[in-house]
Amino acid sequence: MSDVQTLTRKDFSSDQEVRWCPGCGDYAILNTVQGVMPDLGLPREDIVFVSGIGCAARFPYYMETYGFHGIHGRAPAIATGIAAARPELKVFVATGDGDALSIGGNHLIHAMRRNTDLTILMFNNQIYGLTKGQYSPTSELGKITKSTPHGSLEVPFNPVSVALGAEASFVARSIDNERQHLADMIKRAAEHRGAAFVEIYQNCNIFNDGAFDAVRKNVPNQIRLEHGEPVRFGEHGQHGVVMAGGSELEVVDVEGAEPAEGETLGAQRRLVPPDQLLVHDAHRDDAGLAFALSRLAHTPTGPTPIGLFRQVERPEYGEQMQAQLDDARLRKGSGDLQGLLTGSDTWTVGADASSNGHGGNGQA
Amino acid sequence: MAEKTVEHLDTVTIRFAGDSGDGMQLTGNRFTSVSALVGNDVATLPDFPAEIRAPAGSLPGVSGFQLHFADHDILTPGDEPDVLVAMNPAALKANLDELPKGATIIVNSDAFTKPNLKKARYDSDPRHDGSLEGYRVYEVPVTELTIGALEDVDLSKKAKERAKNMFALGLMSWMFSRPLDPTIEWIESKFAGAPEVASANITALKAGYNFGETTEIFSHRYEVEPAQDLPPGTYRQITGNQAISYGLVAASERSGLPLFLGGYPITPASDVLHELARHKNFGVRTFQAEDEISGVGAALGASFAGQLGATVTSGPGVALKTETIGLAVAVELPLLVLNVQRGGPSTGLPTKTEQADLLQAMFGRNGEAPVPVIAASTPGDCFDAAVEGARLALKYRTPVFVLSDGYLANGAEPWRIPDVEDLPDLTDLPDFVAPPEDGEAFEPFARDPETLARPWAVPGTPGREHRVGGLEKADRTGNISYDPENHHHMTQMRQAKVDRIADDIPPLAVGEDSDADADVLVAGWGSTAGPIKAAVRRVRARGHKVARVHFHHLNPMPANTGELLGRYRRVLVPEMNNGQLSFLLRARYLVDAVGYNRISGLPFGSGELADAIVEQIQALEQDAAPTR
Repeated sequence: MSDVQTLTRKDFSSDQEVRWCPGCGDYAILNTVQGVMPDLGLPREDIVFVSGIGCAARFPYYMETYGFHGIHGRAPAIATGIAAARPELKVFVATGDGDALSIGGNHLIHAMRRNTDLTILMFNNQIYGLTKGQYSPTSELGKITKSTPHGSLEVPFNPVSVALGAEASFVARSIDNERQHLADMIKRAAEHRGAAFVEIYQNCNIFNDGAFDAVRKNVPNQIRLEHGEPVRFGEHGQHGVVMAGGSELEVVDVEGAEPAEGETLGAQRRLVPPDQLLVHDAHRDDAGLAFALSRLAHTPTGPTPIGLFRQVERPEYGEQMQAQLDDARLRKGSGDLQGLLTGSDTWTVGADASSNGHGGNGQA
Repeated sequence: MAEKTVEHLDTVTIRFAGDSGDGMQLTGNRFTSVSALVGNDVATLPDFPAEIRAPAGSLPGVSGFQLHFADHDILTPGDEPDVLVAMNPAALKANLDELPKGATIIVNSDAFTKPNLKKARYDSDPRHDGSLEGYRVYEVPVTELTIGALEDVDLSKKAKERAKNMFALGLMSWMFSRPLDPTIEWIESKFAGAPEVASANITALKAGYNFGETTEIFSHRYEVEPAQDLPPGTYRQITGNQAISYGLVAASERSGLPLFLGGYPITPASDVLHELARHKNFGVRTFQAEDEISGVGAALGASFAGQLGATVTSGPGVALKTETIGLAVAVELPLLVLNVQRGGPSTGLPTKTEQADLLQAMFGRNGEAPVPVIAASTPGDCFDAAVEGARLALKYRTPVFVLSDGYLANGAEPWRIPDVEDLPDLTDLPDFVAPPEDGEAFEPFARDPETLARPWAVPGTPGREHRVGGLEKADRTGNISYDPENHHHMTQMRQAKVDRIADDIPPLAVGEDSDADADVLVAGWGSTAGPIKAAVRRVRARGHKVARVHFHHLNPMPANTGELLGRYRRVLVPEMNNGQLSFLLRARYLVDAVGYNRISGLPFGSGELADAIVEQIQALEQDAAPTR
């Protein structure tokens, strides 16, 4: 076993040449993931990266761990087999918006529902990159692409909403260029036991450049969710979120806060005292609040929450499967193959044997 | 009461028929178990609709179970029933055409009401309008007698009525001299949690038996002696789906690899998933996936992780799994794909049998993607086919198809229980790569010179971290490679690896029941083995010469196949498809194979096959006759 204590980022970098387009957000994500790996305290041989098809799916080739580059959309299925067979392994899924939410949507939601121990990193660039620029299930309505010259007619998925609806026990969002935040989210996701879903806004500088500029470049628009803290954002924390009755949330200005240059608080939004701001609770049993937060921004064009939406404890699938095997062995003893084959109703044909009836040490 | 005459018979075929909800499958299964226990050879053919409960009394709702038992070895569930038990008019109507004159019919007369006759589309009561002339008809008020017997039992009338199949079973047990005790024990254990229900069923069973004993209706009862010509050994009854399940468990135990079964409910394969889910103490993981694709994906993932990955399905499921099977070819990992074939195309006939997925298994993938194919020939042979499939998958690091079908899956036969020590030892086949000694490089796509298999390094092994995937790999290193020469080389390697299996399987041999100087060879595969053997027996009994061969390995075929086929003037290939094995034999060996093809959803009758064989023999004789 490699000495876990001395592993560095370099130890997780494979000898394969990275072949993403220059300037692609995937480079930043790869560097961040490689940087996080030593902090997990796991030997390389116990880590598996699984992917489907797409730009993001090349990820396993660049990681000096075990890796499986699968087929389009099926990474969660393959990863589920690995994680259920060997619950002691740490299994990551590297996927994109088309891979995870279109062709592989069914596998994704069921993997999350089952709470298999998978760390699912979904690189969302709102476009099909590898096939050269068709609209994806996260592209904004009206998106003009080669396959939608007159504009897309489809309402996009909000990946965080999908994950919450699919019962994921860990749901977070980050951004490719926010290295520290991204590293923090990935580390927490990897340390979570169960299905962890991280949506990563990733810039495709070739086919969808600037898709996330409203939050990627405009940092004050990032609503950074912190458990136990009031939900505030802006240069000086001058904006915030309150419950607006029912299950809806409202973006407000904070009374007494310092405005940004040229900004008048209360002009565009309601002015609310700081003690009325919503305090984020990522560990609530009910996913309603996390869901409401996810609805604040759809395709991100303005203030958008990032960070940990929800993390709850739920029994993990592979461990439970193992527990059922252990329990069966405890109750019935380890399997006796001869007994199984013989069963309980046997008869004998032969010269000296004419005994019919019930024999064997059957496992009915 | 007069003592009834006992008549000895050497073979009997009974068909139980009733509504889907009447419990005919259960009745048939119990009768089969008891017949096997008394030492008869048995063969069964369950035949039921895809609908779980079609409208009661309607023709589409008729469920049947045919059982053939004899005092000698038998090969098929019988061409025509000697006895029909019809629980209602629809069951009578649906089966009468297949009943030869002189056969015995037992009807539940209580069910012959006007509404039931109408539902069965009878204009008049067949019992009284001459339709049943030439048959021995016994009318028994099964419903009334059952309820009467249960008078003192505290159950609803409906619940009491439900026991009428046990009454019928009791009556047939009397008629054919079968003991009741095994069924009583079975009922007691099955309804252990509901003693009233158990007791009602036992009472109905005994009532049926006693009715036969006391009533004046029946003057005869019958006996069928134990079969003496089966090979010596300890036997049990087994269905194909049970046998496949046990084969997988055996392969797991004999290889030391935990079994991982990824599946999705599909008729007629689901029973394998059910059976394996019960054997968790063997370390068997069963994963009911969200769809067929995920079932095979997870199985392949488990193989990558170092377990014995398997997936079980039927034809439509294979269609969905196709891409993942291709991936398994590319990553060269062991994977078992078990296809319990059913009638196609598309949804087709979910509960009926067919063998029309052979070419799907052979060719149903994009690119050059050779996969070994094995087919089981009898319910018991499903066990050996599964073990052999695992052997090839592990040894050659390849996906392997194991083909069964609906007839084998649900049909039962006596199975000589193997001694575990005699099963193939698969311990050496996984041969996981060990951690490196001192920084030696790992080549995940280097090959074993003998088998051409690549090394299997499983996660958790330090120093062997590597990546696999569906993109073409460079020889030895496994790096992504678009190099033209490399692609050609890797394609040929994958093909050669599968081709080499031909030298690792038994040569093709004609059956012992073959004439050395025959001109006609009957070549079969899969579940037609029984009907073909029975037909050959008939043809030889009629004084003709014929030879018979049965394929267990369809890809690759045994090395001597071409030579063997070339010895005969004519090769006849009976198949429940439009000539898929014929196609392969013609393409590979330039043999002018002649097909006998019928795709009805039912197994062949031995009579029709015998006629087809004789026709070929006579055609050759005419060719050879001097022209006048």
